[in-house]
Amino acid sequence: MSGEPDARGQILGGIRRALGRGSLSASEAAPLRERLAEPAANLIPARARGLDAEALVALFRTLAEKANATMARVPDAAAVPRAVTEYLAGHNLPAQAVMAPDAALDAYPWSDQPLLRVRRGRAEVADAVSITPAFAAIAESGTVMLTSGAERPTTLNFLPGTHIVVLRRDQLVGAYEEAWARLRATAHERGEQMPRAVNFVTGPSRTGDIEQVLQLGAHGPQRFHIVLVDR
Amino acid sequence: MEPTSPRFKQNAHAALANPVLQQALAKAKVGFSARRRAAYGQLPEFEALREEARAIKEHTLAHLDFYLEEFERRVIASGGQVHWARTAAEARDAVLAICRRLGARTVTKGKSMISEEIGLNDFLEAQGIVPVETDMGEYVIQLRHEPPSHLLAPAFHLLREQWSNSFRAAHKDLPVDRRLDEPRALADEGRQVLRQRFLAADVGITGANFLIAETGSTVIVTNEGNGDLTQTLPKAHIVVTSIEKAVPTLEDAMTLLRLLPRSATGQELSSYVTFSTGPRRADDRDGPGEFHVVLLDNGRSAMLNTEFHDMLRCIRCAACLNHCPVYLSVGGHAYGWVYSGPMGAVLTPSLIGVETAGHLPNASTFCGKCESVCPVKIPLPKMMRHWRERQWDRHLESKRYRAGLKLWAFMARRPALYRWGAELAARFLGNAGAAKGRFARLPLAGGWTGGRDLPAPEGRSFMSLWAERRRREGSR
Repeated sequence: MSGEPDARGQILGGIRRALGRGSLSASEAAPLRERLAEPAANLIPARARGLDAEALVALFRTLAEKANATMARVPDAAAVPRAVTEYLAGHNLPAQAVMAPDAALDAYPWSDQPLLRVRRGRAEVADAVSITPAFAAIAESGTVMLTSGAERPTTLNFLPGTHIVVLRRDQLVGAYEEAWARLRATAHERGEQMPRAVNFVTGPSRTGDIEQVLQLGAHGPQRFHIVLVDR
Repeated sequence: MEPTSPRFKQNAHAALANPVLQQALAKAKVGFSARRRAAYGQLPEFEALREEARAIKEHTLAHLDFYLEEFERRVIASGGQVHWARTAAEARDAVLAICRRLGARTVTKGKSMISEEIGLNDFLEAQGIVPVETDMGEYVIQLRHEPPSHLLAPAFHLLREQWSNSFRAAHKDLPVDRRLDEPRALADEGRQVLRQRFLAADVGITGANFLIAETGSTVIVTNEGNGDLTQTLPKAHIVVTSIEKAVPTLEDAMTLLRLLPRSATGQELSSYVTFSTGPRRADDRDGPGEFHVVLLDNGRSAMLNTEFHDMLRCIRCAACLNHCPVYLSVGGHAYGWVYSGPMGAVLTPSLIGVETAGHLPNASTFCGKCESVCPVKIPLPKMMRHWRERQWDRHLESKRYRAGLKLWAFMARRPALYRWGAELAARFLGNAGAAKGRFARLPLAGGWTGGRDLPAPEGRSFMSLWAERRRREGSR
């Protein structure tokens, strides 16, 4: 596009010269286009395959906790707001949070917790706690997958010191590939492309830069808490 | 940055005599390899994944023109722009043009080796734009005007006292009597100071670990979350990256991501893996208004299908550094430029010339550990050997070195003569060193005895002992 007028042509030409060929013909490019249009999974580790619902939860929990995340499991949507306020109280955090303006979170009876003050929107510097939904979670690494959008501002995932994610059990998958398949299906359904940002979050922010001693809460959240809702 | 690679030998001597560095390296020696080993042990498919990762990278390199064009097409479709840069200067100019157009005064930066490679910080500063590194380690070495000494832990060569001194010198508005003797206090101060920088920045610059042709996404892998704040808060996000980072699909990226953090820090996955596709959407409440990818070649396309081709598979995990006896003895700065350790010893001569960086491929014991831990199976020792051959072809070594090597080659091609010479030397040195069993000094062997003793031979060469044994056994 921009830049030096022929930089693009020269780089691509240099690549083709080095590879000893010209541009690919339509028939040569066809299998490559196929690869992009119908992405195939490569090897998926055994640990992520063939798990039943409870085994998924167990593996996810083990690996999320190994990455210093915490998790509370609640039986149903009605129990979510209380799990959030209990977590905040347990960590001496104010009962105040900025919440993703996402309809998915309206399913929970927040008014049951009158002391919890909630603002809906993107995060600002002063926000200490954020509450977001998840798009999916991946058991093989204890990872939560978050997608950006009007209802899911990315700043919620990074600015506040404490990030609480509400995750439904049916959002939990074994392998990364399953999570991408779900995202493609959702996007396809809505006629959308990739979300602007897809964040794979595994535990809170950390740094080992100072004498290789692990410190949580480098620039992102110091606490990453998952509320897992069974149904 | 002006390379000091031609002074590798002096740099290495200084590094070996630097007690702070040696203390930091002692910690690194144990930590890095133990963490990788633990992660490796917990994934039975690790070897099979290495083979797949190698194949994915090879497939991409064989069709690099196609995948780069597809990547570009999708970046544009998602509202972003791609700027092709043949050289470091073109890449710097592309970044500057964007900053100028937006009237940028400060830019925040996520950790990027390409940014180091093109010397972006010094350049922006000279143009009156303030670059702020936001990775904790990069931040402190920026304060100290040092290059990174490691791909992932750029400041691992510093102890807390150096951190503390640098923070005190830079953060003059904070109370003088504050305590900064613990890593926690240092991390908290870094967080607090850089928070303001994130919010004030006009432009955010990150690198990329992967470029995904399927979606036009760029991928960063971080633990601190600084890269995400860098790219989310300002008006524009500029990704400075290089052409060999392309992969076909998200699935392909995931295979590489199963190997990268495990090889690097021993994590199952780094805290944050972020896939970025284009600028802020119409109804988004946050995110950068512009999305630019500066795509650097800088000699890489010329490496395709040469004896250094395999180096283009590198995913910058640093496992080769973390397991290299030479790197773990002298640290990263001795290598004198941006990339260090075995991957630096191979890549640096490709990028800045073997005339300048010729010492680096010689700084190896050829123990082979680097190749054995490489997640994409790069034959690093073999490529160091290729650089040595090129040095020989171009007459870059000293006359004395060449004369010695020629003499050795002359002997080695004449087995009878070689055996006779070896037997003679073994007898002579065996007699001369019989009393002590070792030599502290020996003519023509100062390079060896300068650092350690040479054990005295037993008095006979292996070949003559072997021949004698064969004769004995034959007569029985």
